[in-house]
Amino acid sequence: MTRNLRKALLGAVFTVALGMGTADAGTIKVGVIGPMSGPFALSGLTFKEGVEVYQAQHGKTVGGDTIEFIYKDLDAANPAQSKALAQELIVKDKVAFLAGFYFTPDALAVAPLIDEAKIPAVIFNAATSAITEKSPFFVRTSFTLWQNTVPLANYVASGGSKTVVTAVSDYGPGIDAETAFKATFEKAGGKIAESIRMPVAATDFAAFMQRIKDSNADALFAFLPAGPTAVTFVKQFSDNGLRQKMKFFSTGDLVMEPDLPALGEPALGLVTSFHYSAAHKSAANQAFLAKHKEMFGNNDKVTFTTVDAYDGAHVIYKMVEATKGKSDGVKQIAAIKGMKWESPRGPVMIDPDSRHLVQNVYLRTLEKVDGKYQNTEVTIVADQPDFGYKR
Amino acid sequence: METVFGIVVDGIAYGMILFIISVGLSVTLGLMRVVNLAHSAFAMIGGYTASYAIQSLGFGYAGALILAIVVTVLISLPLERLLYRRLYGVENELPQVLLTIGLAFMVVATMNIIFGPTLKQIPLPELLSGPVSLGPKIISAHRIFVIGMGVATILGLWALLEKTDFGIRLRAAVDDPKMAAALGIKTETLYAATFALGSGLAALGGVLGAELLPLEPYYAIRYIVILLAVVAVGGAGSILGSVAASLALGILDTGAKYLFPNFGDFFFYGALVLILFRWPNGFFDKRAA
Repeated sequence: MTRNLRKALLGAVFTVALGMGTADAGTIKVGVIGPMSGPFALSGLTFKEGVEVYQAQHGKTVGGDTIEFIYKDLDAANPAQSKALAQELIVKDKVAFLAGFYFTPDALAVAPLIDEAKIPAVIFNAATSAITEKSPFFVRTSFTLWQNTVPLANYVASGGSKTVVTAVSDYGPGIDAETAFKATFEKAGGKIAESIRMPVAATDFAAFMQRIKDSNADALFAFLPAGPTAVTFVKQFSDNGLRQKMKFFSTGDLVMEPDLPALGEPALGLVTSFHYSAAHKSAANQAFLAKHKEMFGNNDKVTFTTVDAYDGAHVIYKMVEATKGKSDGVKQIAAIKGMKWESPRGPVMIDPDSRHLVQNVYLRTLEKVDGKYQNTEVTIVADQPDFGYKR
Repeated sequence: METVFGIVVDGIAYGMILFIISVGLSVTLGLMRVVNLAHSAFAMIGGYTASYAIQSLGFGYAGALILAIVVTVLISLPLERLLYRRLYGVENELPQVLLTIGLAFMVVATMNIIFGPTLKQIPLPELLSGPVSLGPKIISAHRIFVIGMGVATILGLWALLEKTDFGIRLRAAVDDPKMAAALGIKTETLYAATFALGSGLAALGGVLGAELLPLEPYYAIRYIVILLAVVAVGGAGSILGSVAASLALGILDTGAKYLFPNFGDFFFYGALVLILFRWPNGFFDKRAA
């Protein structure tokens, strides 16, 4: 009796388990890993908004298959947790694609998994050059520090600044930015007066401002990750009277659109280089912003991570199209190599070698237009590759 | 010489901001013996209130500052009555830690839902914005204002705790609650008032410190370690201790970052370890006395 009962129970369990195993016919799942809560929740939210705007514009189905995005929360850089979430998505949810990844270590951690499962992972943000070298299944639709810094360093050199002091946050991308700037600027004949590395968690920059001042350089190049510390840094530069003393250049991370009202007047005139500004003038960007506004009420939160996720969704759609919905990572990656399209940021192409975008880098000036702060694109440096790939 | 002067001025300004945001915690922790990890959550409520009042309700800076303190006190009083009061004088501090950290997480989530995840600003009036020259050193007008407010807070608290009836009763109630109650001191009201004082100071710190510690939903968790460090070094409950600890840590941190920028926060925490090694209860401890 007990034995029969046990058999019956086991049978039931297996039936249920098998039933769960087969994915719903015609649904292709994409697992997005990103910071949906915690200190970087804004970035997770922009990932989601970017994907939703793309789906609203292009429909939720590709050739009869419904594309479903599943979001997993990873609130801080945590490679072990990233790997566990990816494993859960692949094994339990049977996703055909991974996407998201705000921090570099989180992306690196899934490289062995996607190699084994042969499924593509589309990186929406993590910007260290080395990532796409670690697995042939990585594709990236954001930027790298090298990509955005090299054009800026050339611009600074041509603008007449002879000596530059660099100040970066002391972690992977910061060191990438410092190295890229130094290499490019020195090659163009400039001199680096001093290289300062600041703790990622710093709250007061007064001491660094004093050091920057004492370096007596013509200009400052800075990189800090987007967010509260970047805002404080820019404000303190102005508060310490350095604005009258030297020029200030940085990558666009310091002036992401949602932070502009908080940055305010001290940031006016700041020259930055970046791959996307919400003020980009093109039909594709207008359509993107209009749809976003219709869905979310206003465009205040639209920034580079929104568009990076939007383009990531585009790449996933194209990969589904290439195999008519069948799961075949090798073929899907092959299909998008060299693919060109018009993104809201401008024309882009997936470099067949690095699987990273070749895109325009824009030099922008922070201005107040119609009572709102924006990064106005002044100069276009066309078709920039990832200069840091295999370097 | 110019550089040394610059570092000292920056260090004092940074120290005063540390003082303003942490003195409220010193009051609740030292005088009431409650490990209030939700302290920075109250600071955040104050900051968000001021930001909202200025940007959406058209308040001036001074008005918003007062409103922020009033709103934060009004929010904190029912919490004191319903939650904190049960934890006064418990043997084990773990329930206090669990309750208050839970409260902090709830405030983080609530602020995220109501105001969204973006940075909030507290626009400064014309008078307080922009740089001011102090001889060779240029410093923001806002920091001078913060130093002034810090000095005013020190004097006000000192007078309140040492010179008024309230202060005498409070110190009596802290030292021996049973005896104080037997003498007819209403300890419950006294504790509620002190708690209100602590959260009001938190709100003041949240508003004044917003230039350095920007307001975002994670504020409540992000800065609690700095606050606890200042209170631990200063000695809980001691106003003078908080001043000494804030200034020492502020000047040391600024100086070390200037001289050895690549060491990051090493010297801040290194100093913390050494000071606590020498004075395990902080510079001036009221709890052990």
